[in-house]
Amino acid sequence: MKNKYSIFALIKNAFSYHENWQKAWKDPVPKKEYETVIIGGGGHGLATAFYLAKKHNMKNIAVIEKGWIGGGNTGRNTTIIRSNYLWDASAGLYNHALNIWEGLSQELNYNVMFSQRGVINLAHNLQDVRDLKRRTHANRLNGIDAVYLNTDEVKKFCPIINTSPDIRYPVLGGTLQKRAGTARHDAVAWGYARGANEMGVDIIQNCEVKGIKRNADTVEGVETSKGFIKTKKIGVVAAGHSSVIANMAGLKLPLESKPLQALVSEPVKPIIDTVVMSNAVHAYVSQSDKGELVIGAGTDDYVSYSQKGSHDIVEGTLNAILELYPIFSRMRMLRQWGGIVDICPDASPIISKTSIKGLYFNCGWGTGGFKATPGSGDLFAHTIANDEPHKLNAAFNINRFVSGDLVDEHGAAAVAH
Amino acid sequence: MFLIYCPFCGEREQSEFKAGGEAHIVRPKQPTELSDDEWAEYLFMRKNIKGVQFERWNHIHGCRKWFNMVRDTSNDEIKAVYKMGEKPPTK
Repeated sequence: MKNKYSIFALIKNAFSYHENWQKAWKDPVPKKEYETVIIGGGGHGLATAFYLAKKHNMKNIAVIEKGWIGGGNTGRNTTIIRSNYLWDASAGLYNHALNIWEGLSQELNYNVMFSQRGVINLAHNLQDVRDLKRRTHANRLNGIDAVYLNTDEVKKFCPIINTSPDIRYPVLGGTLQKRAGTARHDAVAWGYARGANEMGVDIIQNCEVKGIKRNADTVEGVETSKGFIKTKKIGVVAAGHSSVIANMAGLKLPLESKPLQALVSEPVKPIIDTVVMSNAVHAYVSQSDKGELVIGAGTDDYVSYSQKGSHDIVEGTLNAILELYPIFSRMRMLRQWGGIVDICPDASPIISKTSIKGLYFNCGWGTGGFKATPGSGDLFAHTIANDEPHKLNAAFNINRFVSGDLVDEHGAAAVAH
Repeated sequence: MFLIYCPFCGEREQSEFKAGGEAHIVRPKQPTELSDDEWAEYLFMRKNIKGVQFERWNHIHGCRKWFNMVRDTSNDEIKAVYKMGEKPPTK
């Protein structure tokens, strides 16, 4: 890496009052032709380009982004990273990502502030207890660190939780994954963009895709707001807008795009040093390094691309938060926003070839894609480079909706939908 | 949050309703003769349109009746509401 960030670079730049730091990535004019074009400059798309260049020696790659990089769901999620999914296929996929997360700051020479502060998933009724115990056992068989905690152990790990048996949905226990945690979401996009740029990837922002050109069953290029770009391989990583791109190519996907909301409070001193999620009452909370509580709400049940959700969804989540954490009763919420998530019927993603040669989709991550960013990029790059899936994403092909071989992760997906 | 005109009850808050997904997906007449591809199309594949979409809604906390809606999904603007069995508006 030419311009490595280091203590020496920091000192050197201090002499010029930090006004001469190099640009992290260039702002190129698109070329006429690329070997591969990635549609979507979020974390997953940038990671895909990064691993295509790094592991598959592809030199001529463009990432095209309608807005600015990391301005979509990468900058809108609640940054939770964990791998405690039920089925073997999912365990493989998400744990692959977690393994990469652990060395990502070094790999990118960019601090993604990965913090393994642990993630608790709470149980509020007997069925929750049974499901979470089953999931803990399944996790351990797949080599994922998971333990089941009883109510007292939950209280010990996170003292501010109200474990009184008198509340409407009492805490009966929970699972803990200690390797899980959070990362700085913007840094993930910026780090991958910088790394990809360094290896010659063109990152083209403010460039909207208008159409996919195909000749019979082979792709020929992308029509964009900055002109036509010729290419033989297109990787679509457009999250909530995947169906829109698919429609341009004449494909239909098993997706519905819905608003998912999140909110942050005013910043306060450290009060919660882990991540607590609760599927049943739909409340999850962590604290950012700035001190804000980061709270994830649910999805609306209707299709919408408006990046706005309903107020009653936020209200429901805050009701649950207040019952579980009475200490937050006088906190004020600072900001609230929505992102458009593409939800698959089985709550698992699609990382797959399609019936059109040279067209690949990485979508359907629904409400929980952030945690998989590095693994998703790595496996999608493999799929594009070899025109074959990696064994870790073979189960996540689009044909599973025809064969019926679904990977039902509604239980582990945390956001009920 | 938006207001929805239920064709049976009148205007109510959206939180009283449940969205039922894409409308006018016809149930196969001969289910036993369907190929796997046709089943996948019927069960899972959705248009998921950004723009004007036809959908089903249920006034679940009201009259509990199903009806159809034409809505622009890019800004949640409701264009029309019509009862089940009625022909969708063409404009």
